[in-house]
Amino acid sequence: MAKAFTHGTADVKKQPGFAVIAAICIAVLYLPLMIIATYSFNAASNIGAAWKGFTIDWYASALQNREFYDAAILSIGLAFAAMVISTVLATAAALGTTRGKRWRGQTAAFVTLTTPLVIPEIVTGISLLAFFAAVAALIDINFGLGKLLIAHVTFCIPFAYLPIKARLEGMDETLENAAADLYATRWQTFRYVTLPLVVPGISSGAALAFIVSFDDFTITQLIAGPGETTLPLYIYTRIRRALTPEINAMCTLLLMISFIFIILSFAISKRRSQ
Amino acid sequence: MATDVDIAEAQLSHKRWLTAPALLCITLFGMVPLITVMSYSLMQPSEYGGVVPKFSPDAYISLLFQRDVFDDALTFSPDYLIIFARTVAFGAATTLLCLLIGFPTAYFMATRSPDTRNRWVLLITIPFWSNLLVRTIAIMFIIRDEGLINMIMLSLDLINAPVGIIFTDFAIVLGLIYSFLPFMILPIYAALEKVDFRLAEAGFDLYASRFQVLWRIIIPLAMPGIITGCVLVFIPTFGAYVTPLLLGGGRHMMIGDLIALQFGSSRNWPLGSAFATVLMGFVLLALYIQARKAMGVSHG
Repeated sequence: MAKAFTHGTADVKKQPGFAVIAAICIAVLYLPLMIIATYSFNAASNIGAAWKGFTIDWYASALQNREFYDAAILSIGLAFAAMVISTVLATAAALGTTRGKRWRGQTAAFVTLTTPLVIPEIVTGISLLAFFAAVAALIDINFGLGKLLIAHVTFCIPFAYLPIKARLEGMDETLENAAADLYATRWQTFRYVTLPLVVPGISSGAALAFIVSFDDFTITQLIAGPGETTLPLYIYTRIRRALTPEINAMCTLLLMISFIFIILSFAISKRRSQ
Repeated sequence: MATDVDIAEAQLSHKRWLTAPALLCITLFGMVPLITVMSYSLMQPSEYGGVVPKFSPDAYISLLFQRDVFDDALTFSPDYLIIFARTVAFGAATTLLCLLIGFPTAYFMATRSPDTRNRWVLLITIPFWSNLLVRTIAIMFIIRDEGLINMIMLSLDLINAPVGIIFTDFAIVLGLIYSFLPFMILPIYAALEKVDFRLAEAGFDLYASRFQVLWRIIIPLAMPGIITGCVLVFIPTFGAYVTPLLLGGGRHMMIGDLIALQFGSSRNWPLGSAFATVLMGFVLLALYIQARKAMGVSHG
């Protein structure tokens, strides 16, 4: 029915020139990334130079670069830890703010959980910088990498929370009631009924949390101490010195990691709707 | 039936505690730091960064005035005001241009078949989640003096010397559009997807032109999405930091860089905090307007 309708009124929906703008839009979004990826395979050692042939040397030199390697390990470790912690917190929060009776303050809780999304990153960054400085002045404590982990977990929570909440809201509550009717304990109901049903939401949220943490530059740059160089920070210090073809390769690798997680998150959340 | 109610009751009493850890984390490491910064804006700067905990409205006064070193006289100084005005102007220009490109794109997407739509959403979503720093570097790579655009134009003999694109206002707005375009497209698409196109058909039956159908029927129906898109573009452009840092080259500052500068080499935390407080004020205002408008539209 819906399909037949779409076909019958194709002409009604047409607006002249919109297809062209949409094509331009995609070109604008992708061309810069494609160019940087293409040039990462350019044999010319000067970054702006014309095409001199295909090479993977820049990838080899990027991967053999000790600093790049260390930064990548730190970034992946940090993103993984932030993902796990924020997803656990977000899952609990989503269970607490969906289904069943609404409780007093639930709206306030929802607003609080999503505030990190509306605060500009630069403000979050300097706030945490000031906060950690104040804490360090009060009690003699060296957070070290803990600072980065705390910051990343905090801004990852809403990204993990929203897909899980959406998933829970679309869930049939009678299944849990049925389990309870069949003498399942509350834990059994959660473990064998609720959890399997929420898994797509959790995985999708976790993937987003990973990307958001892995990609963060602004907040990390403001609060990172010496030696705490994540991948985006490392790339930034490199481009301040000079743009080299090796940086193209590093940027491309970084994009690839993001792409994998985005497509993963997208695929999981699409599967649930079918 | 009774069991259901019991379960609901039992869940109710425990449920709210599940939100506690996440709320605690966001309150402690999101809200408290924000309040810290707001209170810092009313204190005196310490020489080596940080603050001296004594009340002082100086930070806010220096947003508009400069204090004379010798006689303490205040003279009007528009330097920071100009940076604020530039930020608002960049934000507005970016939002408008994103809307002009984003709406037709979202419309085109929403009028495809469901499968094609999903593919388009994925296409728009990928840049949305991609690394902002890398995307900005990609733009830098293209527009700098030795970049692709100048290289091509030079080799075609269109120009004799590289055209300076990078480190201009144009470069910043270009970078901002490129960064935040998906934020405009996705909410408008979500709104347009729900539009009942039989209304457009009815419009045509009543001899409306294509433009009239778009302007009088489709756009009003998509308004909540358009407003959300505008807010989602405006807020991050307003706090933009990476884009002006890389593409503005320090000469064309926006509030974001200015704040970072005060917390960095300028070592004037109260002033930086005052900027941040004002920035947050603008963000809250934008959100408030959006909430009001979105509500008004859905009721009207």
